[in-house]
Amino acid sequence: MDITFDSQHGGVMVARPVGRLDLLSAAEAKSRLLETGAGGHPRLVIDLAEVSFIDSTGLGALIGALKSARQHGGDLRLARPTDQAKRCSRSRHWTA
Amino acid sequence: MTACGAPVVTLRRGPFSRLLPADAADRTWLRRFVIRVLIATNMVLGLYYFAWRFSSSINWSAWPIALALLSAEVYSFMGSVFFGVSMWKLRVRGAAPLAPPGKSVDVFITCYNEPVEIVRQTVRHALAIRYAHETYVLDDGNLPAIRAMAAAEGVGYIVRSANWSGKQRHAKAGNLNNALFQTTGEFLVVLDADQLAHPAFLDNTLAYFDDAKVAFVQTSQPFYKVPDGDPFGSHAPLFYGPIQQSKDGWNAAFFCGSNAVLRREALMQLGLMYYGRELVRRVRRALRAAEGVLHAAEGRLGSIVDRLERERVHGALHTLHGAVRHARKELRAGTPVQMVTWDFQRAAEAVARSLVQADLAQIGAELAELDGLPGIESGRTTTDMSELLGDDDALAALTRRDASPLVAIGTVHSLLLAVDMDRADEAQPLMPLATISVTEDMATAMRLHSLGWTSIYHYEELAQGLAPEDLGTALQQRLRWAQGTLQVLLRENPLTLAGLSLGQRMMYLSTMWSYLSGFFTVIYLIAPVLFLTLHVSPIRAFSGEFYWHLFPFLLTNQVLFLVIGWGLSTWRGQQYSLALFPIWIRSVTSAVGNVCFGRGLGFAVTAKTRQEGRYLRMIRPQLAAMALLCFAAIVGLGRLAFGFTTDGVPILVNVGWACYNLVTLGVVLTAATYTPDESEVAADEPETAHLAAFVAQRRGRGASAA
Repeated sequence: MDITFDSQHGGVMVARPVGRLDLLSAAEAKSRLLETGAGGHPRLVIDLAEVSFIDSTGLGALIGALKSARQHGGDLRLARPTDQAKRCSRSRHWTA
Repeated sequence: MTACGAPVVTLRRGPFSRLLPADAADRTWLRRFVIRVLIATNMVLGLYYFAWRFSSSINWSAWPIALALLSAEVYSFMGSVFFGVSMWKLRVRGAAPLAPPGKSVDVFITCYNEPVEIVRQTVRHALAIRYAHETYVLDDGNLPAIRAMAAAEGVGYIVRSANWSGKQRHAKAGNLNNALFQTTGEFLVVLDADQLAHPAFLDNTLAYFDDAKVAFVQTSQPFYKVPDGDPFGSHAPLFYGPIQQSKDGWNAAFFCGSNAVLRREALMQLGLMYYGRELVRRVRRALRAAEGVLHAAEGRLGSIVDRLERERVHGALHTLHGAVRHARKELRAGTPVQMVTWDFQRAAEAVARSLVQADLAQIGAELAELDGLPGIESGRTTTDMSELLGDDDALAALTRRDASPLVAIGTVHSLLLAVDMDRADEAQPLMPLATISVTEDMATAMRLHSLGWTSIYHYEELAQGLAPEDLGTALQQRLRWAQGTLQVLLRENPLTLAGLSLGQRMMYLSTMWSYLSGFFTVIYLIAPVLFLTLHVSPIRAFSGEFYWHLFPFLLTNQVLFLVIGWGLSTWRGQQYSLALFPIWIRSVTSAVGNVCFGRGLGFAVTAKTRQEGRYLRMIRPQLAAMALLCFAAIVGLGRLAFGFTTDGVPILVNVGWACYNLVTLGVVLTAATYTPDESEVAADEPETAHLAAFVAQRRGRGASAA
């Protein structure tokens, strides 16, 4: 899956995945996010506006990235979740 | 094995066939109708019996045995109520529609220390499954021989990732959880190391998943190489037949750990839900412990002599304490835990920055000196702190520790780092398959049900496994199932788990209820002995009234069982239910010991090949009971014969009861003295001649599993 990375002020990196974030693409997405986190940009924002579909495996990948971000002293936030993404994550303790 | 689509069990063409309707659907309806009538009648007769029993029959002068027997009977009646309620919704699904094309499926074969040849056969059968799929061997034993075999057969090979070193393994659940993150199939098939799959396995099960709410499809678990007469009761035709079908009717069909297809999305969702819940729980505990630590530290400020230093430390403690209080308040108000931990950590960092270098050095030195807290060394703090969060006593000890106020700050910081959106004490944060019990399958199924997922029981033999070949292995297997089931009950009570329907709660409870039978069996064994030898009667009189109340109830009970088990051989199952009472008792005591007192369960992986050994030793309680019953029968008959008593009918009834107990218990004697006959081996097996030779060779050598 395609992920564009955009460095913002304040040391924040915005990641924009495009397409489906599901059981097929989750592993790859996670490792790319982990690389970014470990590579000096632990403050990550994931812009979900162009994610056509996300499932529990995809969310799991985001949790893996969150864990790594925290380990490197940063954090991971989700931005612009689609309705489908909100439904998928339901009432979990996430920040959007 | 059956042809594609045809269910295994059809009504036997017996003497009643001509009376039955010709159409299969009509026959099913009639059977269900008859069963329901019997259930209702049985319930009414049971209440009739107990009304009399409670009011007029208790022999108060022998109240210990009288009340004990009454409680045993009430237990059994509740068991039959559960049975009746389940059977009310017996669901006969019939043939499955053909699977839709194009779905991605992973077939997992879990193994630990089984012989390579057994796993190889399983792999070959798995490869032969027609529907396109990927096959993987999940080798928890990490054996080079298995790795080589997997390469030779051309299948995937998965071992635990590096994340697992030093962490809890969680047996098969951990094995599957590990593999989930190394594969990508939309569906997964779970097969034990010895389960030989039929080529139509996926063709006959995948179609059920067209319903988006279906989380898993469970199929039968028949065995091959079962010794003549099935002395070990390996076949469970009642469970893998009417019982699962009735649970299916209530949408509570169990996942049995093998021979099932699961939907990845359901498992992942489960992992996420429980990760979130567990995280919140742990953060709450960490914050509570932190508050305790800080509070105690504030009380010890007086130990700092220098006034300036004391004020500085006081300030730091105060700020940190405020941050903890704020975090707890936010969490209670429902703020996402990610925000709560983030904000708190920023505050803790600010406090840490306000401390001077000398303070930090002192914290480091004191933490390094600590003993008395299990496993706390300065280099491993995060993992150990994470483990501490599961341990109430250790957390309390943390609070009581007589360390300096500065160290308190370090402790609090460590506590919150340990939680930090992670499970540092586990290999991976997401554990889709439940790890709370050794029967990870049942716990996972229950959680899936509680999240609104549906399960299907497909009544067809689509894979066959190796039956235990010696009493030791058979007993161990049953103990494990019993312990696991009770662990689930004690840890996640199906009566209170949110999201389960009433029917589902009852189905889980009924299985758990059946494992309590051990205690009551002892009473059923003792009662006739007491009467025959000491003339101690639990009931006032074995009079006509007694028989008129009891026998109709017993009769309908047996007829109901007969109709439900029609065409199945259920006698072995009934025997084992009673005869294994020491195992059931031990499972209850060890499960309670494990869940409530943290004691280990002490079981090993069930061996797939025969273990030589002395088996009579294992059935000492049953042998003692049998001897006692024989003795009592002889004494009772003797007393009657020599005229010491004139209670002819009661004596005979009790002798009959004792004989029934003897015959039922006798099964373990058969099992213990069973020796395999070489000629049986070839007769039973599906196309695996060289496997037969291999196993026969191993039996001859008396070798245990490699």
